[in-house]
Amino acid sequence: MFKYIFAILCVIGFGWMMWHLVQGFYIPDTMNEIADSYVSGSVNELKIPNTVTAVVVSYRGLDTLGEVTVLFLATAGVGFFLKRHRQTNAKRREGSEILKTGASFLAPMIMLFGIYVFTHGHLTPGGGFQGGVLIASATLLIILACPDCALPKHLIRILEGISGLGYVLIGILGLLILGKHSFLDPRIMDMGEWQKLFSGGAIPIIYSLIGLKVGSELSSVLGYLKGGGEES
Amino acid sequence: MFETITLIALGLICIVAAVYALITKKTLNAVIASGVISLLASIIFLIVAAPDVAMTEASIGAGLTTVVFLYAIKHTKGGEDE
Amino acid sequence: MIVLIIGLMLVLIGIMIMLSKKNMLRIIIGFSIVDTGIHLIIVAIGYIKNATAPIIDLGVKTTRDSSGLISVIDKVADPVPSALVLTSIVIGLAVTALMLSYAIRLYQKSGTLNIDDHEESKW
Repeated sequence: MFKYIFAILCVIGFGWMMWHLVQGFYIPDTMNEIADSYVSGSVNELKIPNTVTAVVVSYRGLDTLGEVTVLFLATAGVGFFLKRHRQTNAKRREGSEILKTGASFLAPMIMLFGIYVFTHGHLTPGGGFQGGVLIASATLLIILACPDCALPKHLIRILEGISGLGYVLIGILGLLILGKHSFLDPRIMDMGEWQKLFSGGAIPIIYSLIGLKVGSELSSVLGYLKGGGEES
Repeated sequence: MFETITLIALGLICIVAAVYALITKKTLNAVIASGVISLLASIIFLIVAAPDVAMTEASIGAGLTTVVFLYAIKHTKGGEDE
Repeated sequence: MIVLIIGLMLVLIGIMIMLSKKNMLRIIIGFSIVDTGIHLIIVAIGYIKNATAPIIDLGVKTTRDSSGLISVIDKVADPVPSALVLTSIVIGLAVTALMLSYAIRLYQKSGTLNIDDHEESKW
């Protein structure tokens, strides 16, 4: 009984701490200076229409490097804990006819859509993270429709390793070519024209590598959770 | 004017779903309530002018998180207290 | 303003779930609800009155200066909170998957999901 009273007191105390945030809140009319400089810098210097992409990849590139590291550590942790179990074959049920036919038709299209989303990340809303999650959804559809199929474990491992290594190498390449203060600078390649596919320097390449890395890592997490890891 | 009414309606359904996840006795119902909250939050993100965030939240919150919870319920044989 | 209050209520109800339940899976569900509430609070801070999405395509009015600099006339929302929430959502999924694998492993070792039965791990 006392535990419930303490829990309610904790929640009321937290709500009272946040009350000052609600009181001093107002919706402004114009952007502040930092956002103004990011938007105008992304339009004039980097020539990228999607300003959120410019902030994630170029102005705050170090945060994206940390996020990629955390994702790798979490995947390694899941793979370490869930070892392979001996499944009894009596409990495994096949998917129905509709699921198998629909999955064999839809899964390649969903993967193609995911690849489209992360290659056009600098022109339309989207980017590396959204495209990677779409690729993992296609893998989930394949896992549900065919429980006996094994995921290609070695291909996923090689893809993930090469993507992570390529991302760090492009960052160091910026340091070597343009001098100091330019880690992960996308100006190492030629800026194309406004709103074409091959524009924006090295940003399409960086976002494609991030998309492949996120997609392969989430696919391997789903493979581990299904039965404790499968060998190919 | 319409935006305000839509935001208030979506917010009320979100809070009702969260209170349902607090009260209910089965774990499966709470997992589905958490998926509903993520889906409505994705619509709220679209109204507040953030389309990248809406796309990410819809596919991760209402898709992959619910599936991961369902796999965990399968491996712990129901997920209830005894 | 409305979105800020919705996010705050979700955080409070999520903390209540985390503190008062005994089943390990329920605690992890509460953690996921707190995560969604915090993302709503952060995106609500970046909103500007009557602004559109921060993507400069042909629908947004721009002008060209004498020296060739482009400046945007229409009001555009703040891109920095969107960028921060984008990475945070993916990290939330990864941490939730890791916590669930801990819970599955504890169940396989000791046979119970009740958190009061694991007291010998505390010191």
